[in-house]
Amino acid sequence: MPLPDLEKIFEHKIDQEVKIEPRDWMPDAYRKTNIRQISQHAHSEIVGMLPEGNWISRAPSLKRKAILLAKVQDEGGHGLYLYSAAETLGMSREEMINDLHSGKAKYSSIFNYPTLTWADIGAIGWLVDGAAIMNQVMLTRTSYGPYARAMVRICKEESFHQRQGFEALLVLSRGSAEQKAMCQDAINRWWWPSLMMFGPRDSESSNSDQSMKWKIKRKSNDELRQQFVDMIAEQIKVLGMRLPDEELQWNEARQHYDFGSINWDEFWQVVKGNGPCNKQRLEARRKAWDEGAWVREAATAHAAKRNSRTAAA
Amino acid sequence: MNPFIRIFRYGDIPEDKSGAGIVSSQSKNDWPLWEVFIRSTQGLDHKHVGSLHAADAQMAIENARDVYTRRMEGVSIWVVESKYIHASNPDEAGSLYDPSADKVYRHPTFYQLPDAVNHM
Repeated sequence: MPLPDLEKIFEHKIDQEVKIEPRDWMPDAYRKTNIRQISQHAHSEIVGMLPEGNWISRAPSLKRKAILLAKVQDEGGHGLYLYSAAETLGMSREEMINDLHSGKAKYSSIFNYPTLTWADIGAIGWLVDGAAIMNQVMLTRTSYGPYARAMVRICKEESFHQRQGFEALLVLSRGSAEQKAMCQDAINRWWWPSLMMFGPRDSESSNSDQSMKWKIKRKSNDELRQQFVDMIAEQIKVLGMRLPDEELQWNEARQHYDFGSINWDEFWQVVKGNGPCNKQRLEARRKAWDEGAWVREAATAHAAKRNSRTAAA
Repeated sequence: MNPFIRIFRYGDIPEDKSGAGIVSSQSKNDWPLWEVFIRSTQGLDHKHVGSLHAADAQMAIENARDVYTRRMEGVSIWVVESKYIHASNPDEAGSLYDPSADKVYRHPTFYQLPDAVNHM
């Protein structure tokens, strides 16, 4: 079929809300954009295990430890769903992992911030996962089928992450003066980086326009960010804490919260690799990969041996 | 054109790279891809839920259990190496599936019956 016809069929599917499936013809740029976005998303899930893993052995109770273990295990699973979705576009798992380890591929900058206290684990669940869910709920309707299906599965599991985070903070917010201070401190440190998770302002986001046309994205960065602010500004009242933004205020005319300006210099610094933990995170990933090499080799050897026995029998 | 094509992963590896006998050009330690099917409850079909890499079938089932049944999603798992799955070609979807579009008489609602027997 000539190219213009294929393009027409593709555009028609997008218009009609028909999902694009792996074997369907798609423009190269659509394929590339999806590979980039899905693999970055996968890397974020995997790197996201690191800041939380820091607290598994130091969780304040067995219950919290079990919850945190389950959550970190979920993140690993989410990374896997997403890697599989990206692989359907023709990039191998190994290539994606190499790109992460070489620094070529990005992951969400939020995971380059350190987890200094137990309250950070609560703040991550509530704010970081809360922000991620805004984005992920939108992505359950993304135009690429395998990505949308992975997101449906992830969203189902992710809501426990946000709830457990809020609950952990709620306990602290009703605790001793020190616990309250710890809760407020974690919120102070995680609030602005969470807002940055939605990416650059719409006026400065290079990939947004085309992604909206192709329905890879359904809402703009600023739209999602506003939705998040509106949600959190209400929820924080239940905690009896405050968000570190003097300009945060309900705007009756807009029917939204106004909020202060984000420090975009910090955002770009962290994206470029100069955040507090960028180096540490990548080193931890590379170390895990290298130290696991013998397991991968042994499993392959074991499978080969078993195959040859079956063949001989 | 052959309406049946072979796929390598439930994705879209071109045909010339597909097939069971093909050795991966990547490192020999690259584990093959498996498709995972889960029976959610006794009495229902196994349904495709996703894919994963594993060295062999046993490991694929163990990994599928960890990844796809953490919340009681299943009571039984099938795994099949992705390269053994054959799929119809989306380019031929028209000739394969359109012919059934105008055969409304295959559906029970096509038949108007008197009220007395309409619950048939």
